[in-house]
Amino acid sequence: MFYRECGNYKDTYASDMAVFPIPLDRYGFIVMLILAFIVIPWTASEYWLSNIMIPFYCFGLSAIGLNILAGYAGQISIGHAAFMAVGAYTALILYGRFGIPLLLSILGGGIVSGAVGAFFGLPSLKIKGFYLAIATLASQFIIQWVIVHWQWVSGGAFGTVETPDMQIFGWELNTPVEKYYLALCWLIVLTVVAKNLVRGQLGRNWQAIRDMDYAAEIIGVNLYRDKLIAFSVATFYAGIAGALITFCYYGAANIEEFHVMVSFALLGMIIIGGLGTILGSFLGAGFFVLLPLFINRFMGIFMEVVPSEIRSNIESIIFGGLIVFFLIVEPYGMARLWQTIKDKMRLWPFPY
Amino acid sequence: MTFFFEVTINGLLVGIMYSLVALGFALIYKASNVFNMAQGAMSLFAGLALVGFLYQYMHLPLWLALLCTVGVMTIWAYVIVYGILRPLVARPPAMMFMATFGIMYILEGVGQSIYGTQAKGLNLGIPEKSFEVGGILLNTFDLIFAGVAALFVAALVWFFQKTRNGRALRAVSDDHEAALSVGIPLLKAWSMTWVIAGIVATVAGVAWGTRLGVQFSLGYIAFKALPVLIIGGIDSIPGAIIGGLIVGAGENLGEVFLGPYVGGGIQTFFPYLLALLVLYFKPYGLFGKEIIERV
Repeated sequence: MFYRECGNYKDTYASDMAVFPIPLDRYGFIVMLILAFIVIPWTASEYWLSNIMIPFYCFGLSAIGLNILAGYAGQISIGHAAFMAVGAYTALILYGRFGIPLLLSILGGGIVSGAVGAFFGLPSLKIKGFYLAIATLASQFIIQWVIVHWQWVSGGAFGTVETPDMQIFGWELNTPVEKYYLALCWLIVLTVVAKNLVRGQLGRNWQAIRDMDYAAEIIGVNLYRDKLIAFSVATFYAGIAGALITFCYYGAANIEEFHVMVSFALLGMIIIGGLGTILGSFLGAGFFVLLPLFINRFMGIFMEVVPSEIRSNIESIIFGGLIVFFLIVEPYGMARLWQTIKDKMRLWPFPY
Repeated sequence: MTFFFEVTINGLLVGIMYSLVALGFALIYKASNVFNMAQGAMSLFAGLALVGFLYQYMHLPLWLALLCTVGVMTIWAYVIVYGILRPLVARPPAMMFMATFGIMYILEGVGQSIYGTQAKGLNLGIPEKSFEVGGILLNTFDLIFAGVAALFVAALVWFFQKTRNGRALRAVSDDHEAALSVGIPLLKAWSMTWVIAGIVATVAGVAWGTRLGVQFSLGYIAFKALPVLIIGGIDSIPGAIIGGLIVGAGENLGEVFLGPYVGGGIQTFFPYLLALLVLYFKPYGLFGKEIIERV
């Protein structure tokens, strides 16, 4: 009853284009921000902060990137995790070896990753569909190989690069809470950017390309430019996410953390969460991060200690099952479920 | 020069085995327009099941174990077609493609829950001997499997070209609706395709499992088959064979002659470079059907 506007009072362009036209949504968003900024850091345990929330934010950020590419621009990419690796290594090298400030290093990781991504997006100008999806898999293997074999970057085949102590303007970040805030701030800024990108001219061009590229070209969309921008924006997000997850969670860059299975998992996240929605990226990432935890709790009923083998097997069965389930029942993912709830709330208590 | 031939021929022998994996993809794509990312996982499952029948849970003779494995893969084919693909009929191909991701996860999870995650050896009693023909060093093992793979490929081509069922499958792949209207049952045709793909996966799983041991990474041979597929064209059976030969020879030559200059280990991505090169000139692969789109 309260979840609706009482008439159309939009008399400025600004109010017409608002992200949250309904006041309750706006308040809800502010409540979420308060939760994320104040309540969670104060109440959550250290384990939750550093093992659940930080990976959740980082995978969410990476999933936004992939969602821009696959969900909005329609170019399926199976090499997304490799770009996280590019961002991670670049940021670590910039910060650790060249002494560039932390925030700039992370940004640099994103920019280098975006440039590499634009390069690997070049085949998209010529080929499309499944041929392109497989061509993006090439980027995964080529980047992995380059990182492993370029001694200066990774220190050899089994090399890892440790993260040095993190400092912002002389303020050391060493508690999980501080790392949590670092990840959160990047996430909020980049989510706002992403939301506005996909609402604007560029986002509409992407959606036109996704729906039918020839038709988009005919109505004046510059296919080449916009496809390449989609690739480089998506990989920019992946790069930032990779840098953040390495700095705040893994603590050391290791190429094994950015394996091809991670690319698959990212694709699974955006399918479960909802293709072509920003919200869906978060829902999918949250689901992916929380799933092992739930399985642990659930299996804990039956046995004392859950062997990690069994857990990871059940994890993959449930993950796969849900991908299939969502594709069959709700092809637009969890985000669509939320949309349905909102539509229902708008009309409540009337039937229509 | 002999060394060059040796490298090429050994590459070609491996290439035939790549074709075998790629063939599974091409078959399913042709019949149902689904790009099946689970093909590697199917090979893994078949390998695991065979080990289970041979040593782990039962001690069946080899022929019976192979038969049982094919039976298991048949059950999977029906589960996939009726449980997953049937509700997805007439959805865009990208959706089906992503559904096969789900199938991949499920197959891996179920397989490893039943048979465990540790690597298992698979020994079919084939002697691994090397011998020389005209100065070229060959391996009996490679030769036998290349022979089996070649026979298998020939049998499949015969099946698709000459038998009634094969013709029905080709009709389905050309046009679902037209095939339905002349009375070809679509779901039956799909099930048959997936059963055949399951058998191909079994052969691939056995061949590669004997070479590398049956373990999780067996699923990754699919990544070797993908460049094969796009070089040949996703929907072409001859393409899968010739692509496999190109990739096998190309990666072996690349590793031996280019590898030392850049630090080795380039087989993981060299086939992809080859594939990108081919795609630059022929965007639908060497033998793939060009898709004509209308707005």
